[in-house]
This record gives sequence, structure tokens and C-alpha cells, in this order.
Amino acid sequence: MFKKKECVAMLLAGGQGSRLYALTQKTAKPSVSYGGKYRIIDFPLSNCINSGVDTVGVLTQYRPLLLNEYIGNGLPWDLDRTYGGVQILAPYQGQSGADWYKGTANAIWQNMEFINRYDAKYVLILSGDHIYKMDYAAMLEYHKQTEADCTIAVIDVPLEEASRFGIMSTNDDGSIYKFTEKPKNPDSTKASMGIYIFTKEKLQQYLEADSKDPASANDFGKNIIPTMLAAGEKMMAYSFEGYWKDVGTIQSLWEANMDLLGDSPVLSLSEESWRIYSRHTAQPPQYISKDAVVENCSVTAGCEIYGTVKNSVLGAGVYVGAGAVVEDSVLMNGTSVGDGATVKYSILDENVSIGKNATVGEDRATAEGIAVVGAGIEIPDGKIIAAGAMISEQ
Amino acid sequence: MIAAGLIFSNIHDQTIPEMTRRRTMASIPFGCRYRLIDFALSNMVNSDITNVGVITHYNYQSLMDHIGNGKDWDLARRSGGIKILPPYVAAYENHAAGKLYESRLEALMGSVNFINRCGADYIVLSDCDVILNIDLSAVIEDHIHSGAYMTLVTKKVDVKNSLFDKSVDILGIDEENRVTEITYTMPKRGSCYVNTNLMVISRTDLQNIVSDSIAHGYKSFTRDIVAKQLKKKLIRAYCFDGFCACVSSLENYFSTSMMLLEENVRKDLFSDPERKIFTKIRNSAPTKYAGDAKISNCMIADGCIIEGEVENSIIFRGVHIGKGTVVKNSILLQDTYVGDNVSLNCVITDKNVVIKDGRNLSGYNTMPFFIDKGVMV
Repeated sequence: MFKKKECVAMLLAGGQGSRLYALTQKTAKPSVSYGGKYRIIDFPLSNCINSGVDTVGVLTQYRPLLLNEYIGNGLPWDLDRTYGGVQILAPYQGQSGADWYKGTANAIWQNMEFINRYDAKYVLILSGDHIYKMDYAAMLEYHKQTEADCTIAVIDVPLEEASRFGIMSTNDDGSIYKFTEKPKNPDSTKASMGIYIFTKEKLQQYLEADSKDPASANDFGKNIIPTMLAAGEKMMAYSFEGYWKDVGTIQSLWEANMDLLGDSPVLSLSEESWRIYSRHTAQPPQYISKDAVVENCSVTAGCEIYGTVKNSVLGAGVYVGAGAVVEDSVLMNGTSVGDGATVKYSILDENVSIGKNATVGEDRATAEGIAVVGAGIEIPDGKIIAAGAMISEQ
Repeated sequence: MIAAGLIFSNIHDQTIPEMTRRRTMASIPFGCRYRLIDFALSNMVNSDITNVGVITHYNYQSLMDHIGNGKDWDLARRSGGIKILPPYVAAYENHAAGKLYESRLEALMGSVNFINRCGADYIVLSDCDVILNIDLSAVIEDHIHSGAYMTLVTKKVDVKNSLFDKSVDILGIDEENRVTEITYTMPKRGSCYVNTNLMVISRTDLQNIVSDSIAHGYKSFTRDIVAKQLKKKLIRAYCFDGFCACVSSLENYFSTSMMLLEENVRKDLFSDPERKIFTKIRNSAPTKYAGDAKISNCMIADGCIIEGEVENSIIFRGVHIGKGTVVKNSILLQDTYVGDNVSLNCVITDKNVVIKDGRNLSGYNTMPFFIDKGVMV
């Protein structure tokens, strides 16, 4: 028997993230790079440790190799613990058969043993899709105070955008009376952030019932939440204020990176009291050459810049050659831009190599979309890649 | 072949008193994000030496804080790993109680338990004031292959542009790389081979040296041991080709740091993916450059916010450079805060220095202006 844990986090990291196209061709969405030296999963993991949640199950399914390696023993997040810590939970073969995770609820159901092993009273359900800094301990406190069966984190969104989200309609005391997935005519602006805290007994009860229903999609949003609501369980909305962004699309991923720039950025990662941790690769310091121009940029270790870089976010070990111009772009770890090349309004995934005098994307003002080049792809010298193009391995 | 490492963290502290008053030589910050010991430690780890003792003397709090449990060098091990070896005061009868060791030999005498128990066939001894990225397994292999009693890593330097102090040990070597002579001052002109104090010796020989020294009251490793054995035993020189510098004064710290701005130096030290230099991880955010920032020929760490102009400088982690400020030819250590409209030239600021708005400070190439830790200007 392990030491008891009050709250165990379950991080759903199995999704493909197909709307990120080339960026998730080889890896799962939570391991997509963000902000130069981070991956998306660094945010929920750092939030966990900063909130005092030290037992995290990471549920993987789609192309987990990079994610498994990245998480390792959890050392970068202080989650390498004698009891608990971070653990990868992959689908497995049981006595009654073997199944892939059929939906978010099914993934948790298949891992009830993990939760019960720590005798957790509360279960925190997270996803690896969002960039945000949040104190889960405060949410858990709210859950306990209101004696809720389930607490759902919500954020206020503009009314015109509300139809893109799962919307919670609440009473004055914060209790939820209606949940509508992507409503045409929203009557509330409280959008679900995909972060839930369940009291363990209730979670187990509803997951078990759900697993026996062949018509169910085994999904929290589609099945578990509506069923619990209909049964009259106490469901509370926990209002979160602050930066929160779904990075599920190319456009939103680009925007979230740009949110780090500017004199007073929308999202600051330099806050001492809420550090975001990530795995490091022992890169030397960055070098900015004599003729380089670096304006309004976020640059990290290992970068070498000989050309011009403006309004861009550069990952570890990025090389920008002499005479090259990079503007309004996101360049991920290990990517190099050859001498005289131009990269505008683009996302270049990890270890991309842009040949000399090649052109990727167009001026942001006139471009029709963001150009994307998938991991490890080499663009030959002088080649022109149009705005909005999606270059990936066949 | 199993080798263990022994690192002397304090030898030569007195050569750079400005920076070692509150820390060991080993923990002097260097190159934006490193401390000097990172080179010695990384060299060992990259050569599969994973049992490392670090001999300390005094002021080693900063060093212990830096090393922690050694996990950033992958040296947090059940078996072996990193061990701090604090002074073993009053262990020997010829030491007055409470007296700290004064020489390399005495330091070794204090570490005799580590040497006896490490279980290695060979021991690599290293100082912290020498900056280089070297494949030590090649040195050990050369040592075994040649059957030498002791192998000293040496660097051929041009006397005029030497990155070593004048008082360094100079080795005379023959065409077969046998050390034939040791002198204690650099010649006036030409080139010479300097001793980097990085050496390989078998554990049993080192044990014998230590016990002999205790018996005979020897003090100096070079004069009493190496010099006396030149004729009797094979003392071999291993000539190292790459970048190699020794921090031996504040002026020399300044010029050596500035050499990092040269491409070939950075390449020698940092470009080999098999031999990375590891350091304590601080989890700083990436560095942010404002729209008005102007950067030219600089090496910059993560976690900085740069709004002004920076030229030919080395900027450590967490440094803030305000609007309208111009920083030239300077080294700003961790968490230095430079306000708006400041002008700095040839300045070294130690950690946590604050330079208020509008200040104008300047040193000279050969006489950098040093501002002590935590001082507010």
C-alpha cells in the first residue's frame, strides 16, 4: 500500500491534435514546442507541482515516444518522487481483453487502479492542450468548501466567441444548472477549460456506469458531465481569471507564442513564484553577432544569430545565418535558417533546415495564412514556400 | 579501465581575490551561465568518469549550492556520483589542530579516504581555473598505452599571447612527449609547454605519493614529487590542441571571457554534441529583447530582459538592461540590474549589482572596473 494522497492528477495526453497538421505528424500534441524552451505539457505539469499536486498520471496513446522521453522520470518538474511523482499510463492488456483508450472518460476508467492505489479522495482531470498558469490548490479548496461532487474550471469568454466552447450556465452560488457543448445561442459566457475536480467515489460511480453503456462516446464533455448534471449531482463552476489559451490550431499556437512578446506581454513566464519548468539539453548561451538585428524577440539558449530577427520566438539552438530575415515567426528547437533566406509569418517545427536564399511565407500584412514546415524537413537553397503552405513528410 | 576524478576547488584562489572573497575558484561564474567547475566536471562526466570527489577548502557554500546533489551533471548516483570533500582538519599529527591545508599535497592527504575507497584503477586530478573541453578518456588511454607513471596535460602557448599566468609550471618535453624538465617561470619569448595541472595517475601510485609525503613532510606536488621523479620514472606530457585558458587574475578573467565572442573559441568549448558543458539548471524564461534593443557581438544567457544597447559583452542569467542604456565591453553577472540611460564600458559587475538610472561607469581593457556582489551604484 502506498502513502495516501489527497489529490491525484490525471493528465490526458493521448490526443493527436490533428488540427496542428504537420506539427503533430510525428508526435502527440502535448509535446509540441511552445515559447522557445517549453512544450505544451510543461504547463499542466508545472502547475501541478506549483500547486502541491505531486502525483500525476499521464495518459498517452498517440505517438508517445517523444513524450515518454521528455517526461522521463519527472526530474525537471520535481516529480521524481519516492511515492507518486509522474507516471506514464499507456493502454494495457487486462484480463477481460485489451483496448485502446476509447475516449477521455474511458481512459480514466481504465486507470482507476492507479487512482485507488494512492487512495485519492479527489481526482484532478487535466488536458495537455492549453497554455495557462493556474493554482489547482485554490480550485481544490473551492471544491471542498462547496462540498461539490464535481467542480469545473470556467473562464469568461466574449459572447460572440462563446459558441466555440462548452458553455456552463450557472446559478448565483456558482452551481451549474445547464451545460451546452458549442451552443448556437449561448446564454452564458462561462466556458469550460477542460479542467475538472471530481470527488473520487462519484467519479468511479459514473465512469463505471458509462463503461457499461455501449451507446456512450466515453467522453467527459459529451457523456459524464451531462449525465451527472441530469442526475442532480452537485456541480460547481470555478471561475478562473488570467491567461488561458487553447493551442489546438496553427493560428492559436502562433498567437500564443506572440503573446509572450511586447513591452508588457499578455503572458509572462519570468514570474519567480510560478515558474514553468522544462527539460533542458545543456545548450551554451546564445550568441548575437556584430551585424545581427534582434528586435522584440524571445530568444533562448544555444541560438546563434547573424541575420535579422523581428517579432519572433526562437527555440533552443536556432541558427539564423548572415543576411537572413526572420519576422513574425515561431522557430522551434534546432532549426536553422541559411544565409540570405527569408522566413515571414511562419511556424518552423524542430530541426527544420531552410536553405540559403530560400523564402518561406509572406509579409504578415499581405499573407493569406501562416506557413508551416514540419519537423526535420529540409527546404533546398533558393526554394520558395508560399504563405499558408503546409509542408510535411508524405 | 575505471577512473575516478578529484577536483581541487580552491587551488589558486588568491590569484583573483576580487571574485574569490565570498566563493571558491570553482564557483566563479564564467561564460553567461557556467561556473568554472562546470568545465572540470563536464569533462569527467563526458569521459564516463562518474565517481568524482571535489576537494574544498573554505567559502564553499556557493559551491555546494551550485552542485546540489549533482543531478545536473548526471552525478546523482547510488554508486559513485559526486562527493564534496571538506577539509579534514587535524587528521595528521604534523598539522596543528584547526589548521587548513596549504598545498595540493596536503589537500590530497585530507582526501585519502576517498582515494582509498573509490575503487578506481586510475585517478584524474583537475584544477578549476583551467577552461577547456577535453576528451579525458583519450588522455587515460594514452597514459595506459605509454605505461607512464604520470601523464600531465599540457598546452603549447605563445609566450606573447599566453592565456596563462607567468608563474605557471613550464614543462620541457622531448620528441617522445617525455617530460624532461620543469621550470617555474615562462621564457621571455617564443613558445613553451605549460602544465594545466590536469593529470592522470594510477590510484596505487597516488596512494604511495600521499603516504610518502606524510612520512617525509613533503609540501609541493610539483617540486617534491613530479620534479624528483623526472629521471627515475616516465612522466608523460599529453599535448592538448583545443582552446585552453587559465583564469589567473581579474584582468585575465576579463580577457578570457571576451574570447568567448570569437567563433572558434565557442566552437572548441561548446559545439561537440558528445561533450556538452553541463551546469546547474535555473529554469529561467527565454531572454526577451524589446523593440528598441540593439545587440552586437554579445553572448547572452536566458532569463534576461534587454531594452537598451549592448555591444561586445557577456551577459549572465537574469540581467536587466534598461531603456536608453548603452553597455559596451562589459561582463554583467547573474541578476545584475542596470537601469535606464546608463553607460557602462569595461565593467565587471558581480551578482545582484544594481546600477541606478543615469550612471556612467568605465574601466579600461587592461583594468576592468569591478563592482562587488550586491553593491548598489
